[in-house]
Amino acid sequence: MTYLDHAATTPMRPEAVAAYNAALADGGNASSLHASGRRARRVVEESREALAAALRARPSEVVFTAGGTESDNLAIKGLYWARRAAEPRRHRVLVSAVEHRAILDAVIWLAEAQDAQVELLPVDATGMVRPDALAAAIARDPDSVALVSVMWANNEVGTVSPIAELAAVAHRYGIAFHTDAVQAVGSIPVSFEDSGADALTVSAHKLGGPIGMGALLVRRGLTLAPLTHGGGQERDVRSGTLDTPGVAAFAAAASAAVAEQPVESVRLAALRDGLVARVLAAVPGAVANGAPAGPGSLPGIAHLTFPGCEGDSLLLLLDAHGIECSTGSACSAGVAQPSHVLLAMGVDEARARGSLRFSLGRTSTASDVDALIRVIAPVVDRARRAGALAGLSGG
Amino acid sequence: MRVLAAMSGGVDSAVAAARAVDAGHDVTGVHLALSKSPDSHRTGARGCCTVEDARDARRAADVLGIPFYVWDLADRFEHDVIDEFVAAYEAGRTPNPCVRCNERIKFAAVLERALALGFDAVVTGHHAQLSGAVLRRSVDPGKDQSYVLGTLRPDQLAHAIFPLGDTTKTEVRAEAARRGLAVADKPDSHDICFIADGDTGRWLRDRLGTQPGPVVDAATGETLAEHDGAFAFTIGQRRGLRLGRPAPDGRPRYVLDISPVTRTVTVGPAEALDVSHLVADRAVWPYEGPVVCAAQVRAHGRAVPAIAEGVGDELRVTLDEPLRGTAPGQAVVLYDGDRVLGGGHVIRLGR
Repeated sequence: MTYLDHAATTPMRPEAVAAYNAALADGGNASSLHASGRRARRVVEESREALAAALRARPSEVVFTAGGTESDNLAIKGLYWARRAAEPRRHRVLVSAVEHRAILDAVIWLAEAQDAQVELLPVDATGMVRPDALAAAIARDPDSVALVSVMWANNEVGTVSPIAELAAVAHRYGIAFHTDAVQAVGSIPVSFEDSGADALTVSAHKLGGPIGMGALLVRRGLTLAPLTHGGGQERDVRSGTLDTPGVAAFAAAASAAVAEQPVESVRLAALRDGLVARVLAAVPGAVANGAPAGPGSLPGIAHLTFPGCEGDSLLLLLDAHGIECSTGSACSAGVAQPSHVLLAMGVDEARARGSLRFSLGRTSTASDVDALIRVIAPVVDRARRAGALAGLSGG
Repeated sequence: MRVLAAMSGGVDSAVAAARAVDAGHDVTGVHLALSKSPDSHRTGARGCCTVEDARDARRAADVLGIPFYVWDLADRFEHDVIDEFVAAYEAGRTPNPCVRCNERIKFAAVLERALALGFDAVVTGHHAQLSGAVLRRSVDPGKDQSYVLGTLRPDQLAHAIFPLGDTTKTEVRAEAARRGLAVADKPDSHDICFIADGDTGRWLRDRLGTQPGPVVDAATGETLAEHDGAFAFTIGQRRGLRLGRPAPDGRPRYVLDISPVTRTVTVGPAEALDVSHLVADRAVWPYEGPVVCAAQVRAHGRAVPAIAEGVGDELRVTLDEPLRGTAPGQAVVLYDGDRVLGGGHVIRLGR
């Protein structure tokens, strides 16, 4: 089996498994006042400090959540509700057109149920949001904007946006700026402090921690309305008994991933560059999407279009050869949709449907790339034959 | 063989896929997403294209340990099955969308794609027996589906596998339970999958609007009532005519004819529905000269003794005994005992 889908989830790191097991055995509710509670509390707070250190944030800025989706929802709805309540005229929400569904669906809900006016910021052909595009959108009516959210790095094509510049544009108008850094943390340098962002989403399982664990970094002094009500365990904006083992494992994974990042990113970029070059050489007509290799792209992501193919034909054929990768986003019935990211980048629908993401991670090796290269040309040939059948759309 | 199992989410296709695995095939499951908006179609277990059905199919594939994908055929289904269904009713014909779906979707679009992707055959949970090139009725007469497969061409059947034809539905359910397939008790699907509440007349009216016209007595020419769309009637229909008063002889009246141009629905006595011969086109009929056989025009209708002969592109069928309630648009499938000889699509009737 060749796992080339680390951007979907990556195996837990040994440090994280060890921390998880240790905390599981200990038990205890971090909100309890007795000794067991204090022991759990200590694990949580040391983990909070470690995660904050890894992300260049203050410990008090870390709000633990149950994952990236919850963090994104808390940021979007929490910022919108709080700002709108204080200044009712602020009803515009600006997010990039290439956001993850956790952002897009949250803002669509705000538009449909909460009277928000959502504007999707355009991206360039590589998938990057330009600061002047944000400035132009805000300038149309600065006092009506409730919040801005732009992802740090795109989960499909790996393109990195200039977060510090974008945050500075928002701040020029006194608008809070959120960034979804789920794919960025552990892959490229991420400093909450230097970014200027007011809120930042991070997920544990994308960097070697457990699934079901995440955090929202929230700048001190920023007001967020809570999504869930209860014990108010996390800064009164997030309620629910803390998952002490999850928190411990998350922090262990993040610390290790960030520590290794400078070396690991060079290794992954070399693997990725080899993968892209060899696929392009093996498959006539294939096109690489996203930003060129370098600081503007995530080192572990290769995104390629195979004109004339259906993405899920490619997926099926590669799966049959033991190669695991992914297309784009899937809808509720499991029907493949053309990627909204590629469409926003100006790729036409047919090409968007014939695209695959190969994502590398900690356990990836040169032999994974070799395995893909061995089968990719015949697989694309076959998928093209299937794609040539008239009228069969999408599927 | 590498085979593709079409998995609807129901018990039959799940057991068919399981049997294909047992037979040593390399099986991949696919669920065909046929609806553009899955939620708007029939909910629960009755249909074939809801989100829940896709989940049930995936769950069965996981139990069998086979890869599983969803193929989006909504555009193709809309064009080849639903639009055709509406057009047929509009033209006064009575279509069978299941026959059409097998001809154009399952054993055309899906099969062609499967072959292109390197599969050798498509497996479905249809209740029919297929060995060599010979299609036969299921051993379960109540569940036999050979009729809806009866117009498939030999090149389509050559790549089809129907593992359930030797088994009754009751046994299929028991086998599903033994295999740990959670769909064992799922109710049978009925009617037309894309008409959520089963009310074909209302569904057509929503699509076509009202097109009022007269309901006319065949014997007297008298207008008995007004209707708001001839498309809502099928030949042989008795219920729902809303004629207000009984016929002079007190006997029930049936729809005998639908004229889409004048929007006239003609009604009359049951015996006027008796058809003595019919002509079909788009026939699959490889025989020379007249062939003694039995003709069936409905999925669960009776087969009556007949003589069929191919003439040019047409298939002419003379019925030894009258067949009641036949309508243009239906498929006619011809049998020799339990063996399917061929079939076609009815275009003309003789009474």
